[in-house]
Amino acid sequence: MYSKKITSLLTSIAIFSLLMNSGIKAADECFEGLSRSIFKFNMAFDNAILEPIAKGYSKLPDPIKDGTSNFTSNIATLLSIPNSLLQGDISGVGNATGSFLINTSVGILGIFNPAEKMGLKPHKEDVGQTLGSYGIGPGCYLVIPVLGPSTARDAIGLIADSYIDPFAHITIREKELFGISGNDIDYYSVRGTTAVNFRSENITNFNSIEKNSIDLYSSFKSIYLQDRENKIRNSSDTQDDWGSLDN
Amino acid sequence: MKKISIFLITFILIFNTKLQAYSSDPKTFIEELVNEAILKLSDKNLNNEEKAEFIEKVALENVDIKALGLYTLGELRKSSEKSDLFKYQTTFQKYFLKSLTSRLTDYSTSKFEVVEADKKSSNYTIVKSKIIPTDGSPEIKIDWRIYTKNPEKPLIRDLIVEGLSLARTQKEEFASILSSNNNDINILIDKLEEFLKN
Repeated sequence: MYSKKITSLLTSIAIFSLLMNSGIKAADECFEGLSRSIFKFNMAFDNAILEPIAKGYSKLPDPIKDGTSNFTSNIATLLSIPNSLLQGDISGVGNATGSFLINTSVGILGIFNPAEKMGLKPHKEDVGQTLGSYGIGPGCYLVIPVLGPSTARDAIGLIADSYIDPFAHITIREKELFGISGNDIDYYSVRGTTAVNFRSENITNFNSIEKNSIDLYSSFKSIYLQDRENKIRNSSDTQDDWGSLDN
Repeated sequence: MKKISIFLITFILIFNTKLQAYSSDPKTFIEELVNEAILKLSDKNLNNEEKAEFIEKVALENVDIKALGLYTLGELRKSSEKSDLFKYQTTFQKYFLKSLTSRLTDYSTSKFEVVEADKKSSNYTIVKSKIIPTDGSPEIKIDWRIYTKNPEKPLIRDLIVEGLSLARTQKEEFASILSSNNNDINILIDKLEEFLKN
């Protein structure tokens, strides 16, 4: 039993080290052929299921959409607390904790967002970002079924998230925290709603990218990698790679 | 009579030029350009063809399409034949204009606000702005990379929407096509032409 666990752990570390090899740049692919096939599957899944649901959702009255968005966003803040702590960002811990407590109580279970009006707007942090803040590179790029673009580092982070996220702890791990517990359905309902909400907010953007791209897979890859870089730096300031390109 | 005609023609030309020219100060340049674009694109009396014509004209005059084309080509710009580069630049310009008009003709009314200008070097200024949609959607942060080598004629080189550079996205998209086709610039040109036909 233990030897099986140790073997899996060692295998995971070996794969992790291989994928995170410092010589690999994010633009490099882990398994491009497979990733492109998964991307096609994800696009088909989006066209058949996610986009129609998102379009329907976008027709709901604004207060319902705002409430849903606030609710899922408030739950997501829970993951930022341990990650801000792991990054040594004490003000981030304070912001995320304060925001969660205020929105859950005064904001009625997070349906309203009074914390933002009070100046508390925590950055969303996850384990992938925490590893990035430690200087660990993204490793190679890959696409995960249904979940979409990722990198070796972020995929490992995604698994680690489910261990340190208090919400995952009380739902999929079925543990109790301050007398509160839930189940798998709660977890996947919130994650599903977050995805629908995100997709509905980006219907026009997705359509525009699809319409104007000559290699959609690469466009999404570039957008994902830029977004992750910004999130790790907690900044959306552009980095100059224009060099000496003069006319 | 002849003098009056010359005067009138000169006046019309000067007046016309003044109407189309924007300020040379990067911050005011973006402010004037975007506000004019918002007015035109939200004008219900203009059809999509007229809007597309306006966008193309403004882009040709104020966007550094040539540099953008070279940037998106990456390192290949240094090793390509001049004739291939010329063909690529011509096709890229058409691709850029088609893609831009397709993105902007369906524009919905928003408020535009220039926040600040950050001079990075004598060649570049980043103008920070935000768009506040009137339908209650969250505001969008847009940074403009302005090329100021000629201080009298600032040119837009990139748009960074919520931290995502459109030029970099385009460059990485092209790089992927090139790397899977032995860095053959003609394959990229074919792909762009295919896009133009659709």
